[in-house]
Amino acid sequence: MNTLLLETKGLSKTYIMGQINVHALRDVDITVNNGEFIAVMGASGSGKTTFMNLLGCLDKPTEGSYWLDEVEVHKMSSEQLTVIRNEKIGFVFQSFYLLPRTSALENVELPLLYSKKSSAQERKAKAMQALEIVGIADRSTHFPNQLSGGQQQRVAIARAIVNDPSFILADEPTGNLDTRTSIEVMAVFQQLHRQGKTVVLVTHEQEIARYANRHITFRDGRIISDIINENPADARVDLKNLPLEED
Amino acid sequence: MSIFGIIKIALKSLTRNKTRTFLTMLGIIIGVAAVITMLAIGQGAKKIVEDQVSSMGTNVIMAHSNFSGTAVRQAAGGGNLITVDDVEAMRDLDGLLYASPVYNTWGQLKYEGKNWRGSIAGVDADYFFIRNMSIAQGELFYGSDVENGNKVCVIGKTVADNLFGDIDPIDKVIRIRNIPFTVRGVLTEKGQSVMGHDQDDIVIAPYTTVFQRLLGRRWRVMSVIVSAQSKDRIHLLQQDILDLLQARHRGTTSEEFIVSSQTELAETANEVSNTMTILLASIAGISLLVGGIGIMNIMLVSVTERVKEIGIRMAVGAGKRDVLLQFIIEAISISIMGGILGILLGFGAAKIVGNTMSWNIAVTPWSIALSVSFSMAIGVFFGWYPAKKAANLNLIDALRYE
Ligand SMILES: Nc1ncnc2c1ncn2[C@@H]1O[C@H](COP(=O)(O)OP(=O)(O)OP(=O)(O)O)[C@@H](O)[C@H]1O
Ligand SMILES: [Mg+2]
Repeated sequence: MNTLLLETKGLSKTYIMGQINVHALRDVDITVNNGEFIAVMGASGSGKTTFMNLLGCLDKPTEGSYWLDEVEVHKMSSEQLTVIRNEKIGFVFQSFYLLPRTSALENVELPLLYSKKSSAQERKAKAMQALEIVGIADRSTHFPNQLSGGQQQRVAIARAIVNDPSFILADEPTGNLDTRTSIEVMAVFQQLHRQGKTVVLVTHEQEIARYANRHITFRDGRIISDIINENPADARVDLKNLPLEED
Repeated sequence: MSIFGIIKIALKSLTRNKTRTFLTMLGIIIGVAAVITMLAIGQGAKKIVEDQVSSMGTNVIMAHSNFSGTAVRQAAGGGNLITVDDVEAMRDLDGLLYASPVYNTWGQLKYEGKNWRGSIAGVDADYFFIRNMSIAQGELFYGSDVENGNKVCVIGKTVADNLFGDIDPIDKVIRIRNIPFTVRGVLTEKGQSVMGHDQDDIVIAPYTTVFQRLLGRRWRVMSVIVSAQSKDRIHLLQQDILDLLQARHRGTTSEEFIVSSQTELAETANEVSNTMTILLASIAGISLLVGGIGIMNIMLVSVTERVKEIGIRMAVGAGKRDVLLQFIIEAISISIMGGILGILLGFGAAKIVGNTMSWNIAVTPWSIALSVSFSMAIGVFFGWYPAKKAANLNLIDALRYE
């Protein structure tokens, strides 16, 4: 369980805006092991999303190094990063980012389409399986606009896990959801974590961070605290204790 | 991703916005249909001209006096009038097969109560062979008729219909300018000539008879029609005839005679119809170009609209190449589908034009190949820029795009 997943050294990102340099991330050193469930926290503008984008190979650092599964990611071309994203990383975004007018099943199939390995049948089976894991298999033919926010986020999570990635990155996945739905989604993440998945999740709500096993806090682009949460809350229990929504 | 998968994605996104896809396609449909129709019309016209040129006869050369321009002043004395003796002299030329004088005139034709104004040609018996004329009914007249100046004639279908109707014209006597001529035969139908006149509206009689009985004292202009023994003799024979005419008419220049050949005429006619075809096709080509610009326009709009989609695809593993291909294939699909529909429409239009003008219009395989490859090229050409734009989007910016 304690094998190394990723490591960053002096990871920095500077945006050049005309005359001003915005140091969105400064000298971030971090190691993440397989099987961790991390909540990344911090005030707005502290660099959480920037950090996620770098971990997710969506963007390249200005300086510093990043090893993922013992591969030197910071030296890779954007084409190589595309393959890494496809094979090793699953993304969940705040506003779901599902393709419109495309069924839930087809949305989940998307990462498989861009990897060479599988046949149409295998793709379908895998996507269906992912939808079952997040508990929304009965909505597989629905379009995103026919699903509630929580359901859409489940579909997005299914898409993130369908290619069996090394880790899941979620940027404020509950940002657009109400309390109950947020806890439901967190229950899904906890379930994935129990099944051995690594999850890195950005949030600025303490309520949400409670479910993670490790808390990393950013301020002004630096990590100001990195602590282990010995007693993470159980979302399933919270759901049971939650009074039924009055509507 | 495999090219197959990309094609599937491209087609799917096209079917998502059917009206727009169809409207974009319309430009290509109209363009391709126009190219096909125009080429078909051009080809049809060319074929008709070719048929008519060959209906003149085989290896034909014509000679006549030039009375126009500067030549007319020099020829004031009539020194360049071609004579029957000139024709006799031509018969000895190398490579000549047949020669015949031709007197062209016209006059009132009468049979019993019926009247018809027709053109009359006075010719030698060889004329029929030179012009590949055959008889539908009755028989031709012969050399002896020419020698004896017999008052006989063969008539074209139009003349026969107008003078005789249902009556059998053979051996009946018609009056040409009140001179009685016996009808020997009716010619096989030839239809319209290159110049658009009715080749069956003709009475053909021995030139001797026409000369003696029908021509006035003053107007005795004669032309000559000759056939060469073979195609490759034509050019040389043409020159020999011109030399002979000049030698026999002292003091004339080469401009005072016009010696033309069927091949020349065919070439000119061909040139004219080729020019017409090119003109028509380029007009059609412009509409195809406009259609292509329409594709580019819509693809650019579509890329802008779908920035987020592109960002999502890239985030989950679509490479630049995948995005580039997806958009190019969308553009090519529009243009190829438009091309196919355009071909069908063009076929229909060509058929309608052909039927109304009773032309035998030909849609050639190469015009189909041309328009398909052209529309495909348009897809690639006009799809490239928008696709490149899509593929070069910055991933983070694309995901943030609102
Ligand atoms: N593309 C960009 N160009 C310029 N500056 C940027 C860009 N993206 C982020 N920044 C700046 O970098 C800093 C960190 O931004 P980031 O989005 O990482 O913050 P965040 O912690 O995710 O905030 P929030 O909680 O509001 O999402 C901010 O000051 C932001 O203005
Ligand atoms: Mg953020």
